[in-house]
Amino acid sequence: MTGTKLARNVAVVGVGMSKFGVFPEKTSRDLFVEAYRELIGSIENDFAPEDIQAFFMGNFTSDQFEKQGHLAPIVASWIGLSPIASVRIEDACASGGVALHQAILAVASGQYDVVLVGGVEKMTDLPTAEVTNALASAADTLFEIPAGFTFPGLYATMATAYLDRYNADPDALARVAIKNHANGALNDKAQFNQTIQDVMAGKKAKAIKKGTLVPTWENEMEFMQDPKANPMIAWPLRLFDCSPISDGAAALLLVSEDLAPKFTQHPIFVAGVGQASDGALAERNSLTEISSASKAAQQAYEMAGISPEHIDFAEVHDCFTIAEIMASEDIGFFPRGEGWKAALEGKTARTGMHPINTSGGLKSKGHPVGASGIAQVVEIWKQFHGLAGERQLPGELKYALTHNVGGTGQTAVVHIFEQRN
Amino acid sequence: MSELKLEAKSFFDYIENGVLVGSRCLNCGHISLPQRYICPKCKSDQAELIEFSGKGKLAAFTVIYVPATEMLAAGYDAKHPYMVGIVALDEGPRISAQIVGMDLSDPQKIMIGTPLKMTSLDRVMGEAQKKVLAFEPAEME
Repeated sequence: MTGTKLARNVAVVGVGMSKFGVFPEKTSRDLFVEAYRELIGSIENDFAPEDIQAFFMGNFTSDQFEKQGHLAPIVASWIGLSPIASVRIEDACASGGVALHQAILAVASGQYDVVLVGGVEKMTDLPTAEVTNALASAADTLFEIPAGFTFPGLYATMATAYLDRYNADPDALARVAIKNHANGALNDKAQFNQTIQDVMAGKKAKAIKKGTLVPTWENEMEFMQDPKANPMIAWPLRLFDCSPISDGAAALLLVSEDLAPKFTQHPIFVAGVGQASDGALAERNSLTEISSASKAAQQAYEMAGISPEHIDFAEVHDCFTIAEIMASEDIGFFPRGEGWKAALEGKTARTGMHPINTSGGLKSKGHPVGASGIAQVVEIWKQFHGLAGERQLPGELKYALTHNVGGTGQTAVVHIFEQRN
Repeated sequence: MSELKLEAKSFFDYIENGVLVGSRCLNCGHISLPQRYICPKCKSDQAELIEFSGKGKLAAFTVIYVPATEMLAAGYDAKHPYMVGIVALDEGPRISAQIVGMDLSDPQKIMIGTPLKMTSLDRVMGEAQKKVLAFEPAEME
């Protein structure tokens, strides 16, 4: 099936997202309303809610997080879209990206011309231990969790395999976090819009105020290696290697190519899609890559008829810092075993050859799991349209890629977007 | 081949008896762990149960300081971390398991490739006391 084209082209004509963070007063539906209202505001020309023919929504587990199943028709009703077909899609942390994939196929098939696709997760109502248990249900609950694995533990295991195989410098992990915090500091939607320097200054100021010992970090790396400030979660991953627990939602309006001009003069087009699956981590041939992501990326590149060097920037699934390093290889930006060097050398910074996660990524922007795969596209839209403010990439941008992973790679979904001039 | 039990949960019945099992495809010989009817390689649905030696090597690992709920109940925490790893069995397949008997004071010193052998641990899982698969360092022969 690889190399095939969509039956007809699909355009994104509007985007929106809620602020990501911790919002005790908001439910999933409130978060989605926030994203949907921003989406409506982003559409340049004509738009009526009656245009929308179907709703696809990524959501991992509102059943566990809010004790609310059957979320899609509830959210659809809440934004006035009943009685259109409303579908909730679950593939763990890739739920948003997979919902997007299905929504694209629905428009490409000719069944629908205008589709709303979104993602939402409301995670912070539960105590952390219960959130951890809910997330663990995305792993293999028979053969991984009883062994004692946590989610950070599974990625940490990939990290020890990666660091050992390539004799890599573990400082590369910290560099990913420092970069993504630097990007997220420029994103007003980010949960942590603070650089690591800001975090350090805040902790020093707090110590002075409380009259306790003021930390003496000379630089960011000293902070990142301080076991008090940045405690070990699962060796070699520390607190600042992990994405946070978040609330948030994001939404896109997809239409068939011929209808795009009705909505906007500046659509972005889906150039390639790809998705693949895999078994539990121990069963895979390689522990140092996410091969489902490589396969999904390859499918998307073949459909788009381009190769990694054509991609101007990417939003990847950095649920943990090691995940971004592996992703940078899985999407073909760097050869196997070179991703860690690229991270150390700043090649994935906004000023680098291959910018990754200009939004701040999951690490800094936040990771409301079902929303993450959709929010990645919001950043693509902003960069393409010159709306990314201080984190705007320079020059002409033509192609961008999003990479969204479920679990430890049991699901991976990749999209390539194109801006035509 | 009377009453071949390759259902997923039967794996744990064998662990209760100190036996690590998998399956071998009767068509292509591919070994699966955990055991299963359908071969992931050739897709045949004819398989037999096999028993592993329980010997292997550490393929990857972590030391967990913020435990899952059941491990918290088992007494682990940031001051009492535990090790989990992926073990490559001598017969080829890999499996996830807790690793005991290693010095966790400096995880940097834990070597991938360390020879391991199978053991088991008693753990409370929900209401029941169960044996869970674990590995420990193998004595050098």
